[in-house]
Amino acid sequence: MTATGPATVPVTAALALGDDALVLSHRLGEWAGHAPVLEEEVALANIALDLLGQARVLLSMAGDEDELAYLREERAFRNLQLVEQPNGDFAHTIARQLYFSTYQELLYAELAAGDGPFAPLAAKAVKEVAYHRDHAEQWTLRLGDGTETSHERMRRACEALWKFTGEMFQPVEGLDIDPTGLDRRWQESVTEVLGRATLPLPEGPRTGAWSAGAGRQGLHTEPFGRMLAEMQHLHRSHPGATW
Amino acid sequence: MVTATALEAELLQLAGSVPDPELPVLTLQELGVVRAVRLHDDDTVEVDLTPTYTGCPAIEAMSVDIEQVLLAHGMREVTVRTVLTPAWSTDDISPEGRRKLREFGIAPPRTRGAFGPVPLSLGPTRTDDGPTTEPSRPIEPTELTDPVRCPHCGGADTELLSRFSSTACKALRRCLACREPFDHFKEL
Repeated sequence: MTATGPATVPVTAALALGDDALVLSHRLGEWAGHAPVLEEEVALANIALDLLGQARVLLSMAGDEDELAYLREERAFRNLQLVEQPNGDFAHTIARQLYFSTYQELLYAELAAGDGPFAPLAAKAVKEVAYHRDHAEQWTLRLGDGTETSHERMRRACEALWKFTGEMFQPVEGLDIDPTGLDRRWQESVTEVLGRATLPLPEGPRTGAWSAGAGRQGLHTEPFGRMLAEMQHLHRSHPGATW
Repeated sequence: MVTATALEAELLQLAGSVPDPELPVLTLQELGVVRAVRLHDDDTVEVDLTPTYTGCPAIEAMSVDIEQVLLAHGMREVTVRTVLTPAWSTDDISPEGRRKLREFGIAPPRTRGAFGPVPLSLGPTRTDDGPTTEPSRPIEPTELTDPVRCPHCGGADTELLSRFSSTACKALRRCLACREPFDHFKEL
Protein backbone atom coordinates (compact mmCIF):
# COMPACT_ATOMS: atom_id res chain seq x y z
CA MET A 1 0.00 0.00 0.00
CA THR A 2 1.35 3.43 -0.84
CA ALA A 3 -0.59 5.18 1.88
CA THR A 4 -2.53 4.41 4.98
CA GLY A 5 -2.88 7.89 6.44
CA PRO A 6 -4.36 11.05 5.02
CA ALA A 7 -0.91 12.64 4.83
CA THR A 8 0.05 10.84 1.60
CA VAL A 9 -2.20 10.77 -1.42
CA PRO A 10 -2.03 7.65 -3.57
CA VAL A 11 -2.13 9.44 -6.90
CA THR A 12 -2.73 6.34 -9.02
CA ALA A 13 -5.85 5.43 -7.05
CA ALA A 14 -7.12 9.02 -6.95
CA LEU A 15 -6.83 9.21 -10.74
CA ALA A 16 -8.52 5.84 -11.24
CA LEU A 17 -11.55 6.70 -9.10
CA GLY A 18 -11.64 10.31 -10.23
CA ASP A 19 -11.52 9.38 -13.91
CA ASP A 20 -14.31 6.82 -13.44
CA ALA A 21 -16.53 9.52 -11.97
CA LEU A 22 -15.57 12.17 -14.52
CA VAL A 23 -16.02 10.00 -17.60
CA LEU A 24 -19.33 8.49 -16.50
CA SER A 25 -20.56 11.95 -15.55
CA HIS A 26 -19.80 13.14 -19.07
CA ARG A 27 -21.51 10.15 -20.67
CA LEU A 28 -24.65 10.69 -18.56
CA GLY A 29 -24.57 14.38 -19.43
CA GLU A 30 -24.90 13.39 -23.09
CA TRP A 31 -28.48 12.36 -22.32
CA ALA A 32 -29.44 15.98 -21.67
CA GLY A 33 -32.06 16.85 -24.28
CA HIS A 34 -32.38 13.21 -25.38
CA ALA A 35 -33.76 11.28 -22.40
CA PRO A 36 -36.95 9.27 -23.00
CA VAL A 37 -39.00 11.25 -20.46
CA LEU A 38 -38.53 14.50 -18.59
CA GLU A 39 -38.12 12.74 -15.25
CA GLU A 40 -35.20 10.72 -16.62
CA GLU A 41 -33.64 13.82 -18.13
CA VAL A 42 -33.55 15.28 -14.63
CA ALA A 43 -32.52 12.04 -12.93
CA LEU A 44 -29.58 11.33 -15.24
CA ALA A 45 -28.38 14.94 -15.03
CA ASN A 46 -28.52 14.82 -11.23
CA ILE A 47 -26.58 11.55 -11.11
CA ALA A 48 -24.05 13.11 -13.49
CA LEU A 49 -23.74 16.10 -11.15
CA ASP A 50 -23.08 13.88 -8.13
CA LEU A 51 -20.36 12.08 -10.08
CA LEU A 52 -18.83 15.34 -11.23
CA GLY A 53 -18.62 16.49 -7.61
CA GLN A 54 -16.82 13.29 -6.68
CA ALA A 55 -14.49 13.68 -9.67
CA ARG A 56 -13.56 17.21 -8.60
CA VAL A 57 -12.61 16.09 -5.10
CA LEU A 58 -10.67 13.04 -6.32
CA LEU A 59 -8.81 14.78 -9.14
CA SER A 60 -7.92 17.67 -6.81
CA MET A 61 -6.23 15.10 -4.59
CA ALA A 62 -4.03 14.14 -7.55
CA GLY A 63 -3.31 17.60 -8.98
CA ASP A 64 -5.08 20.48 -10.70
CA GLU A 65 -8.59 19.29 -11.54
CA ASP A 66 -8.95 21.34 -14.75
CA GLU A 67 -5.57 20.39 -16.13
CA LEU A 68 -6.23 16.75 -15.40
CA ALA A 69 -9.68 16.78 -16.96
CA TYR A 70 -9.00 18.92 -20.00
CA LEU A 71 -5.35 18.59 -20.90
CA ARG A 72 -4.50 14.92 -20.56
CA GLU A 73 -4.24 12.69 -23.59
CA GLU A 74 -6.32 9.56 -23.91
CA ARG A 75 -3.57 7.22 -22.75
CA ALA A 76 -3.16 9.14 -19.49
CA PHE A 77 -6.74 8.47 -18.37
CA ARG A 78 -7.11 5.66 -15.84
CA ASN A 79 -10.87 5.06 -15.93
CA LEU A 80 -12.50 1.68 -16.41
CA GLN A 81 -13.47 0.84 -19.96
CA LEU A 82 -17.00 0.23 -18.69
CA VAL A 83 -17.72 3.88 -17.95
CA GLU A 84 -16.50 5.13 -21.32
CA GLN A 85 -18.86 2.87 -23.28
CA PRO A 86 -21.34 4.88 -25.38
CA ASN A 87 -24.82 5.42 -23.97
CA GLY A 88 -26.38 3.10 -26.54
CA ASP A 89 -30.10 2.76 -26.05
CA PHE A 90 -31.67 3.46 -22.65
CA ALA A 91 -31.21 -0.19 -21.65
CA HIS A 92 -27.44 0.04 -22.24
CA THR A 93 -27.26 3.14 -20.08
CA ILE A 94 -29.20 1.41 -17.31
CA ALA A 95 -27.07 -1.75 -17.50
CA ARG A 96 -23.92 0.38 -17.28
CA GLN A 97 -25.46 2.22 -14.29
CA LEU A 98 -26.40 -1.03 -12.57
CA TYR A 99 -22.94 -2.56 -12.97
CA PHE A 100 -21.06 0.59 -12.03
CA SER A 101 -23.20 1.99 -9.21
CA THR A 102 -23.32 -1.42 -7.50
CA TYR A 103 -19.51 -1.52 -7.65
CA GLN A 104 -19.11 2.09 -6.55
CA GLU A 105 -21.47 1.72 -3.61
CA LEU A 106 -19.64 -1.39 -2.33
CA LEU A 107 -16.24 0.23 -2.93
CA TYR A 108 -17.11 3.49 -1.17
CA ALA A 109 -18.69 1.62 1.74
CA GLU A 110 -15.44 -0.29 2.22
CA LEU A 111 -13.28 2.84 1.88
CA ALA A 112 -15.56 4.79 4.24
CA ALA A 113 -15.12 2.13 6.91
CA GLY A 114 -11.34 2.55 6.83
CA ASP A 115 -9.21 5.53 7.79
CA GLY A 116 -7.33 6.01 4.51
CA PRO A 117 -7.17 9.17 2.42
CA PHE A 118 -10.39 8.34 0.56
CA ALA A 119 -12.51 7.79 3.68
CA PRO A 120 -13.95 11.33 3.95
CA LEU A 121 -15.13 11.45 0.33
CA ALA A 122 -16.31 7.85 0.39
CA ALA A 123 -18.38 8.39 3.54
CA LYS A 124 -20.13 11.28 1.88
CA ALA A 125 -20.51 9.88 -1.63
CA VAL A 126 -21.70 6.42 -0.59
CA LYS A 127 -25.00 7.95 0.48
CA GLU A 128 -25.44 9.63 -2.92
CA VAL A 129 -24.43 6.52 -4.83
CA ALA A 130 -27.02 4.49 -2.91
CA TYR A 131 -29.64 6.54 -4.74
CA HIS A 132 -27.89 5.93 -8.09
CA ARG A 133 -27.90 2.18 -7.46
CA ASP A 134 -31.52 2.27 -6.46
CA HIS A 135 -32.42 4.19 -9.63
CA ALA A 136 -30.58 1.66 -11.82
CA GLU A 137 -32.10 -1.27 -9.96
CA GLN A 138 -35.66 0.02 -10.34
CA TRP A 139 -35.20 0.51 -14.07
CA THR A 140 -33.58 -2.92 -14.46
CA LEU A 141 -36.64 -4.46 -12.80
CA ARG A 142 -39.06 -2.47 -14.88
CA LEU A 143 -37.35 -3.12 -18.20
CA GLY A 144 -36.42 -6.75 -17.50
CA ASP A 145 -39.82 -7.68 -16.14
CA GLY A 146 -41.67 -5.45 -18.59
CA THR A 147 -42.71 -6.08 -22.16
CA GLU A 148 -41.15 -8.61 -24.49
CA THR A 149 -39.28 -5.82 -26.23
CA SER A 150 -37.97 -4.16 -23.08
CA HIS A 151 -36.92 -7.54 -21.68
CA GLU A 152 -35.03 -8.42 -24.84
CA ARG A 153 -33.27 -5.07 -25.05
CA MET A 154 -32.31 -5.11 -21.37
CA ARG A 155 -30.99 -8.67 -21.75
CA ARG A 156 -28.87 -7.64 -24.74
CA ALA A 157 -27.52 -4.62 -22.88
CA CYS A 158 -26.54 -6.65 -19.80
CA GLU A 159 -24.75 -9.16 -22.01
CA ALA A 160 -22.99 -6.55 -24.12
CA LEU A 161 -21.42 -4.86 -21.10
CA TRP A 162 -20.67 -8.02 -19.10
CA LYS A 163 -17.14 -8.40 -20.49
CA PHE A 164 -16.20 -5.01 -19.00
CA THR A 165 -17.17 -5.90 -15.43
CA GLY A 166 -14.08 -7.92 -14.46
CA GLU A 167 -11.86 -4.85 -14.71
CA MET A 168 -13.55 -3.25 -11.70
CA PHE A 169 -11.92 -5.83 -9.45
CA GLN A 170 -8.33 -5.58 -10.60
CA PRO A 171 -6.13 -4.34 -7.75
CA VAL A 172 -5.29 -0.63 -7.94
CA GLU A 173 -2.09 0.68 -6.39
CA GLY A 174 -2.90 2.66 -3.25
CA LEU A 175 -6.46 1.42 -2.93
CA ASP A 176 -6.68 -0.36 0.38
CA ILE A 177 -9.50 -2.78 -0.33
CA ASP A 178 -10.09 -6.49 -0.87
CA PRO A 179 -10.90 -6.80 -4.60
CA THR A 180 -11.87 -10.47 -4.34
CA GLY A 181 -14.39 -9.85 -1.59
CA LEU A 182 -15.71 -6.84 -3.45
CA ASP A 183 -16.18 -8.91 -6.59
CA ARG A 184 -18.02 -11.61 -4.66
CA ARG A 185 -20.43 -9.10 -3.08
CA TRP A 186 -20.91 -7.39 -6.46
CA GLN A 187 -21.81 -10.69 -8.14
CA GLU A 188 -24.23 -11.56 -5.35
CA SER A 189 -25.96 -8.20 -5.64
CA VAL A 190 -26.17 -8.12 -9.44
CA THR A 191 -27.27 -11.77 -9.63
CA GLU A 192 -30.06 -11.04 -7.18
CA VAL A 193 -31.30 -7.97 -9.08
CA LEU A 194 -31.15 -9.67 -12.49
CA GLY A 195 -33.01 -12.65 -11.03
CA ARG A 196 -35.83 -10.46 -9.78
CA ALA A 197 -35.88 -8.73 -13.17
CA THR A 198 -36.35 -12.16 -14.83
CA LEU A 199 -33.11 -11.58 -16.73
CA PRO A 200 -30.51 -14.31 -17.21
CA LEU A 201 -27.08 -13.76 -15.70
CA PRO A 202 -24.74 -13.17 -18.69
CA GLU A 203 -22.46 -16.10 -19.33
CA GLY A 204 -19.45 -14.67 -21.14
CA PRO A 205 -16.02 -14.21 -19.56
CA ARG A 206 -15.38 -11.25 -17.27
CA THR A 207 -11.64 -11.76 -16.97
CA GLY A 208 -8.87 -13.24 -19.06
CA ALA A 209 -8.16 -13.31 -22.75
CA TRP A 210 -11.69 -12.93 -24.07
CA SER A 211 -12.79 -10.18 -21.72
CA ALA A 212 -12.17 -6.48 -22.05
CA GLY A 213 -10.63 -4.00 -19.68
CA ALA A 214 -7.26 -2.30 -19.59
CA GLY A 215 -8.51 1.20 -18.88
CA ARG A 216 -6.59 1.31 -15.60
CA GLN A 217 -3.43 0.87 -17.67
CA GLY A 218 -4.43 3.70 -20.03
CA LEU A 219 -5.72 1.53 -22.87
CA HIS A 220 -9.16 2.64 -23.97
CA THR A 221 -11.81 1.60 -26.44
CA GLU A 222 -12.34 3.40 -29.70
CA PRO A 223 -15.36 5.57 -28.68
CA PHE A 224 -13.40 7.11 -25.79
CA GLY A 225 -11.20 9.26 -28.04
CA ARG A 226 -14.24 10.87 -29.63
CA MET A 227 -15.83 11.50 -26.23
CA LEU A 228 -12.63 13.09 -24.99
CA ALA A 229 -12.35 15.28 -28.10
CA GLU A 230 -15.79 16.68 -27.40
CA MET A 231 -15.16 17.07 -23.67
CA GLN A 232 -11.82 18.84 -24.12
CA HIS A 233 -12.19 20.85 -27.29
CA LEU A 234 -13.52 24.07 -25.76
CA HIS A 235 -10.79 24.23 -23.14
CA ARG A 236 -8.11 23.40 -25.67
CA SER A 237 -9.42 25.91 -28.23
CA HIS A 238 -9.70 28.71 -25.69
CA PRO A 239 -7.08 28.06 -22.97
CA GLY A 240 -7.84 29.84 -19.74
CA ALA A 241 -11.24 31.08 -20.91
CA THR A 242 -13.70 31.96 -18.15
CA TRP A 243 -17.41 32.79 -18.14
CA MET B 1 -8.99 22.71 22.06
CA VAL B 2 -12.19 24.39 21.03
CA THR B 3 -12.68 27.65 22.83
CA ALA B 4 -14.63 30.13 20.80
CA THR B 5 -14.15 33.75 21.65
CA ALA B 6 -17.10 36.13 21.75
CA LEU B 7 -16.06 37.53 18.38
CA GLU B 8 -15.83 34.03 16.89
CA ALA B 9 -19.32 33.27 18.15
CA GLU B 10 -20.55 36.47 16.57
CA LEU B 11 -18.84 35.68 13.25
CA LEU B 12 -20.26 32.16 13.30
CA GLN B 13 -23.71 33.60 13.82
CA LEU B 14 -23.17 36.04 10.94
CA ALA B 15 -21.90 33.36 8.58
CA GLY B 16 -24.84 31.18 9.57
CA SER B 17 -27.32 33.94 8.84
CA VAL B 18 -26.48 33.90 5.12
CA PRO B 19 -29.46 32.58 3.12
CA ASP B 20 -29.03 29.39 1.09
CA PRO B 21 -28.67 30.43 -2.58
CA GLU B 22 -31.06 27.72 -3.83
CA LEU B 23 -33.50 27.63 -0.92
CA PRO B 24 -33.47 31.25 0.25
CA VAL B 25 -36.04 30.56 2.98
CA LEU B 26 -33.31 28.69 4.86
CA THR B 27 -30.19 30.14 6.42
CA LEU B 28 -26.92 28.23 6.22
CA GLN B 29 -27.14 27.69 9.98
CA GLU B 30 -30.59 26.10 9.63
CA LEU B 31 -29.27 23.94 6.78
CA GLY B 32 -26.43 22.88 9.07
CA VAL B 33 -23.55 23.49 6.67
CA VAL B 34 -21.43 26.05 8.56
CA ARG B 35 -19.20 23.93 10.76
CA ALA B 36 -16.74 26.29 12.43
CA VAL B 37 -15.23 29.76 12.44
CA ARG B 38 -11.62 30.32 13.54
CA LEU B 39 -10.12 33.73 14.12
CA HIS B 40 -6.40 34.32 13.51
CA ASP B 41 -5.10 37.67 14.73
CA ASP B 42 -7.87 40.21 14.96
CA ASP B 43 -9.16 40.38 11.44
CA THR B 44 -8.30 37.15 9.63
CA VAL B 45 -10.91 34.45 9.75
CA GLU B 46 -11.28 30.91 8.46
CA VAL B 47 -14.71 29.34 7.96
CA ASP B 48 -15.41 25.61 7.60
CA LEU B 49 -18.27 24.91 5.20
CA THR B 50 -19.54 21.45 4.29
CA PRO B 51 -21.43 20.66 1.06
CA THR B 52 -24.85 19.03 1.18
CA TYR B 53 -24.08 16.87 -1.88
CA THR B 54 -20.51 16.40 -3.13
CA GLY B 55 -21.43 18.00 -6.44
CA CYS B 56 -23.66 20.72 -5.04
CA PRO B 57 -23.01 23.77 -7.26
CA ALA B 58 -24.39 26.12 -4.58
CA ILE B 59 -21.27 25.74 -2.43
CA GLU B 60 -19.37 28.35 -4.44
CA ALA B 61 -22.16 30.92 -4.10
CA MET B 62 -22.32 30.15 -0.37
CA SER B 63 -18.58 30.78 0.02
CA VAL B 64 -18.78 34.12 -1.77
CA ASP B 65 -21.80 35.21 0.30
CA ILE B 66 -20.07 34.29 3.58
CA GLU B 67 -16.94 36.17 2.52
CA GLN B 68 -18.93 39.29 1.73
CA VAL B 69 -20.81 39.25 5.02
CA LEU B 70 -17.66 38.81 7.09
CA LEU B 71 -15.66 41.37 5.11
CA ALA B 72 -18.48 43.84 5.64
CA HIS B 73 -18.17 43.13 9.36
CA GLY B 74 -14.60 44.41 9.43
CA MET B 75 -12.64 41.28 8.63
CA ARG B 76 -9.63 41.90 6.43
CA GLU B 77 -9.18 38.38 5.17
CA VAL B 78 -11.78 35.60 4.95
CA THR B 79 -10.99 32.05 3.84
CA VAL B 80 -13.81 29.55 3.35
CA ARG B 81 -12.63 25.94 3.48
CA THR B 82 -14.73 23.05 2.20
CA VAL B 83 -14.72 20.18 4.67
CA LEU B 84 -16.18 16.72 4.01
CA THR B 85 -15.90 15.14 7.45
CA PRO B 86 -18.18 14.38 9.14
CA ALA B 87 -20.40 13.96 6.10
CA TRP B 88 -23.43 16.23 6.09
CA SER B 89 -26.76 14.55 6.64
CA THR B 90 -30.31 15.83 6.31
CA ASP B 91 -30.49 15.17 10.06
CA ASP B 92 -28.32 18.32 10.36
CA ILE B 93 -31.22 20.52 9.20
CA SER B 94 -32.61 22.26 12.27
CA PRO B 95 -36.25 21.89 13.40
CA GLU B 96 -36.77 25.53 12.45
CA GLY B 97 -35.31 24.77 9.01
CA ARG B 98 -37.73 21.86 8.57
CA ARG B 99 -40.67 24.07 9.49
CA LYS B 100 -39.58 26.70 6.95
CA LEU B 101 -39.15 24.11 4.21
CA ARG B 102 -42.68 22.86 4.80
CA GLU B 103 -44.04 26.40 4.71
CA PHE B 104 -42.16 26.94 1.46
CA GLY B 105 -43.96 23.93 -0.06
CA ILE B 106 -41.12 21.40 0.25
CA ALA B 107 -41.68 18.27 2.32
CA PRO B 108 -38.77 18.22 4.79
CA PRO B 109 -36.53 15.15 5.09
CA ARG B 110 -37.51 12.67 7.76
CA THR B 111 -35.01 12.13 10.54
CA ARG B 112 -33.39 8.83 11.33
CA GLY B 113 -30.40 7.15 12.85
CA ALA B 114 -29.01 4.95 10.12
CA PHE B 115 -28.56 6.09 6.56
CA GLY B 116 -29.38 4.44 3.29
CA PRO B 117 -31.88 4.97 0.53
CA VAL B 118 -35.51 4.91 1.46
CA PRO B 119 -37.14 1.71 0.25
CA LEU B 120 -39.69 2.83 -2.29
CA SER B 121 -41.46 1.10 -5.10
CA LEU B 122 -41.36 2.72 -8.50
CA GLY B 123 -44.98 3.76 -8.34
CA PRO B 124 -47.26 4.67 -11.18
CA THR B 125 -45.98 7.55 -13.24
CA ARG B 126 -47.43 9.15 -16.31
CA THR B 127 -45.56 6.63 -18.44
CA ASP B 128 -46.42 3.50 -16.53
CA ASP B 129 -49.43 2.05 -14.81
CA GLY B 130 -47.76 0.69 -11.77
CA PRO B 131 -44.98 -1.34 -10.27
CA THR B 132 -44.41 -4.78 -11.64
CA THR B 133 -42.17 -5.89 -8.85
CA GLU B 134 -41.75 -5.67 -5.14
CA PRO B 135 -40.14 -2.59 -3.62
CA SER B 136 -36.40 -2.25 -3.67
CA ARG B 137 -34.48 -3.51 -0.68
CA PRO B 138 -32.77 -0.86 1.41
CA ILE B 139 -29.01 -1.32 1.64
CA GLU B 140 -28.95 -0.24 5.25
CA PRO B 141 -31.61 -0.66 7.85
CA THR B 142 -33.41 2.61 8.09
CA GLU B 143 -35.70 3.88 10.78
CA LEU B 144 -37.93 5.66 8.34
CA THR B 145 -41.45 4.52 8.81
CA ASP B 146 -43.24 7.86 8.74
CA PRO B 147 -44.97 8.72 5.48
CA VAL B 148 -43.78 11.71 3.48
CA ARG B 149 -46.54 14.20 4.17
CA CYS B 150 -47.89 16.70 1.67
CA PRO B 151 -46.58 20.15 2.63
CA HIS B 152 -49.77 21.73 1.30
CA CYS B 153 -52.59 19.79 2.96
CA GLY B 154 -50.68 17.56 5.38
CA GLY B 155 -52.04 14.40 3.75
CA ALA B 156 -50.04 11.24 4.39
CA ASP B 157 -51.06 9.51 1.18
CA THR B 158 -48.46 10.65 -1.34
CA GLU B 159 -46.71 8.96 -4.24
CA LEU B 160 -43.30 9.20 -5.87
CA LEU B 161 -43.26 10.71 -9.37
CA SER B 162 -39.52 10.97 -9.86
CA ARG B 163 -36.68 10.10 -7.48
CA PHE B 164 -34.68 13.10 -8.70
CA SER B 165 -36.26 16.53 -9.01
CA SER B 166 -35.24 20.16 -9.57
CA THR B 167 -32.01 19.50 -7.67
CA ALA B 168 -30.19 16.30 -6.72
CA CYS B 169 -31.30 16.69 -3.11
CA LYS B 170 -35.01 16.54 -3.90
CA ALA B 171 -37.51 14.00 -5.22
CA LEU B 172 -40.77 14.86 -6.92
CA ARG B 173 -43.95 13.54 -5.30
CA ARG B 174 -47.69 14.04 -5.61
CA CYS B 175 -50.35 14.20 -2.93
CA LEU B 176 -53.21 11.80 -3.55
CA ALA B 177 -55.55 13.85 -1.37
CA CYS B 178 -55.16 17.36 -2.80
CA ARG B 179 -53.49 16.17 -6.06
CA GLU B 180 -50.76 18.82 -5.80
CA PRO B 181 -47.23 17.84 -6.83
CA PHE B 182 -44.47 18.81 -4.42
CA ASP B 183 -40.73 18.52 -3.86
CA HIS B 184 -39.46 16.26 -1.10
CA PHE B 185 -36.05 16.93 0.41
CA LYS B 186 -34.62 13.39 0.26
CA GLU B 187 -33.06 11.83 3.31
CA LEU B 188 -29.28 11.68 3.00
